[in-house]
Amino acid sequence: MTTRPFLSVENLSVQFPTPDGLVKATSGLSYSLERGKTLGIVGESGSGKSVSSSALLGLHRTSNALVSGEIWFDGTELLGLPENDMRQLRGNNVAMIFQDPLSAMHPYYTVGDQIAEAYRAHNEVTKKEARVRTIEMLSRVGIPQPDRRVDDYPHQFSGGMRQRAMIAMALINDPALLIADEPTTALDVTVQAQILDLLQDLQREFDTAIILITHDLGVIAEVADDVLVMYAGRAVEYGTTKQLLTRPAMPYTRGLIDSVPNVNDPLDRKLHPIPGNPPSLLNPHTGCPFFPRCEFSHLVPDNKCDTELPELVAISPGHLKRCHLPDASVLYGSANDYTPVTAIAERTGTR
Amino acid sequence: MSDTLLEVKDLEMHFPLKSRGIITRTVGAVKAVDGVSFSIGKGQAMGLVGESGCGKSTTGRLVTRLYKPTAGSIKFEGQEIANANERQLRPLRRDIQMIFQDPYTSLNPRQTVGEIIGAPLEIHKLVPRQGRLKRVQELLEIVGLNPEHYSRYPHEFSGGQRQRIGIARALTLQPKLLVADEPVSALDVSIQAQVINLLQDLQKEFDIAFLFIAHDLAIVRHFCPEISVMYLGKIVETAPREELYTNPQHPYSKALLSASPDIAQAVTGGRRERIRLTGDVPSPVNPPSGCHFRTRCWKAQDVCATTEPPLQPIVGGATGAVACHFPE
Repeated sequence: MTTRPFLSVENLSVQFPTPDGLVKATSGLSYSLERGKTLGIVGESGSGKSVSSSALLGLHRTSNALVSGEIWFDGTELLGLPENDMRQLRGNNVAMIFQDPLSAMHPYYTVGDQIAEAYRAHNEVTKKEARVRTIEMLSRVGIPQPDRRVDDYPHQFSGGMRQRAMIAMALINDPALLIADEPTTALDVTVQAQILDLLQDLQREFDTAIILITHDLGVIAEVADDVLVMYAGRAVEYGTTKQLLTRPAMPYTRGLIDSVPNVNDPLDRKLHPIPGNPPSLLNPHTGCPFFPRCEFSHLVPDNKCDTELPELVAISPGHLKRCHLPDASVLYGSANDYTPVTAIAERTGTR
Repeated sequence: MSDTLLEVKDLEMHFPLKSRGIITRTVGAVKAVDGVSFSIGKGQAMGLVGESGCGKSTTGRLVTRLYKPTAGSIKFEGQEIANANERQLRPLRRDIQMIFQDPYTSLNPRQTVGEIIGAPLEIHKLVPRQGRLKRVQELLEIVGLNPEHYSRYPHEFSGGQRQRIGIARALTLQPKLLVADEPVSALDVSIQAQVINLLQDLQKEFDIAFLFIAHDLAIVRHFCPEISVMYLGKIVETAPREELYTNPQHPYSKALLSASPDIAQAVTGGRRERIRLTGDVPSPVNPPSGCHFRTRCWKAQDVCATTEPPLQPIVGGATGAVACHFPE
């Protein structure tokens, strides 16, 4: 018997029927993740990264979303699991941290009550025991005076503290899989660094698998083991963090790296933006979804990018790309125009 | 700098805190901006960085005189504007314009793009009605939008395009100073670079000075030759970017830089040692005595609690200044 990875998502599609047509939020997405590892999912707003992750928790209502594919979590198929069983998993084995901690918490209940609720829902414990455990978790995530702050309301917490409380809530049942949807986007850099450190410490301690959804490649570079780049609901590049950031093979990934200013750039560097706008998911392009914004499509013969969707193919072990370009080295430009991609390629001697 | 456009000195903005009840009394003040000084030359860009709540946005709103400062002076082209009234401010509004962070809330959804961009012309009675459309189309073209789209409404545009509309509106009156308050942080990453490049082109073409407010150190470094770091209402370090990013003097600047994620980490793999700042920013109602940063500083000693370090020129440095008893 072949063993499945701890988490394996196969050919996942999420579609929403709307009066304007079918919105294909995620199409044919596959990835896998082992315990103790971090997968970064990168993409712009509307690329389907949050939608696909919500599907893991069964958060899409069947009445307005069409979900297909397979999601294997620790030997169980999650899609089509009865709601009662799903409820047993949710918040217990699989937990989620949301982007905006203020709107994810109920303003009328104390932070402590909300965290304890997650614990009591899955464990036969008294209120008192739950409270003790809550205070212990709050102190684990670095909230000062947890025995006092446990009775505070969300508005009495600062942004960073709220995010910590969210993490405490997500981790109170020692989940095996944690989905963090832009956990630090709303936070300042120093707090972001604290939260990322905290997540890594907790991961080491509990051997948690983490899916980190973000648009910040800097964050990815620092914490992720593998990276999945999404565009218009599809995976366009997938590989280890090092492969992807030092040797991107898809023009969109390269564009993302080059359009972000870096603290180590030469001072006179001109940013290299990706032209155009993110696509609509109502009428996706028939060919490569990135074709309308791609600067390299003219290098592909027969106008193939415009008419034919490229397959996700392996270019080296573990490194997949969805692109018709036969040779990715054209992405690295000439030596005299500086871009982060060329600089990284230079440093690692991969050019 | 001989060609100083804006000079801000000891600027203070203390928002009063009122007690509850029928008879309200002032019981304290939020010291959002607490003695800030800087100057910007003609056509120059100055960056203001800091975390949320440090007073950087309030400073921007004081410079545009959306707020009236509680103390201090703001000189624009040599003219004192800190206490000017609405009437005196009128001509000034032409010269100082603002770009806001959120392109979704800063445009009136019930006005067409033409009305939004043309409004300043109408208010200042600069261009007769017949000529307005032409000017609006000109501006749309400058910011890279289709000039034929003047009759559309904001919801018909994407986030990046809306921000361009906001920029066009700010340019309508040919300002000398643009206060850009987090102009790209609400935009998608692939769009941010487009807007930054646009702002940079505009700065060169029209010789506009910028007060660039942001929390993203990499973007500020890219845009501004001169950068000030704010913490709890005060500037803790000000330096040319070459100096600030290679050799930060204030522990807080150092911590900020160390906390910024860096894509180059992928090359070396794994994570580097970084300075871990503990705790949160203290409340601006009751800032710590002495140096405001001492509660989170790893170098703090007794003197830091008793004496507030003044912003002094960096010893041995070229042009920067730092407010710390124990600079690097």
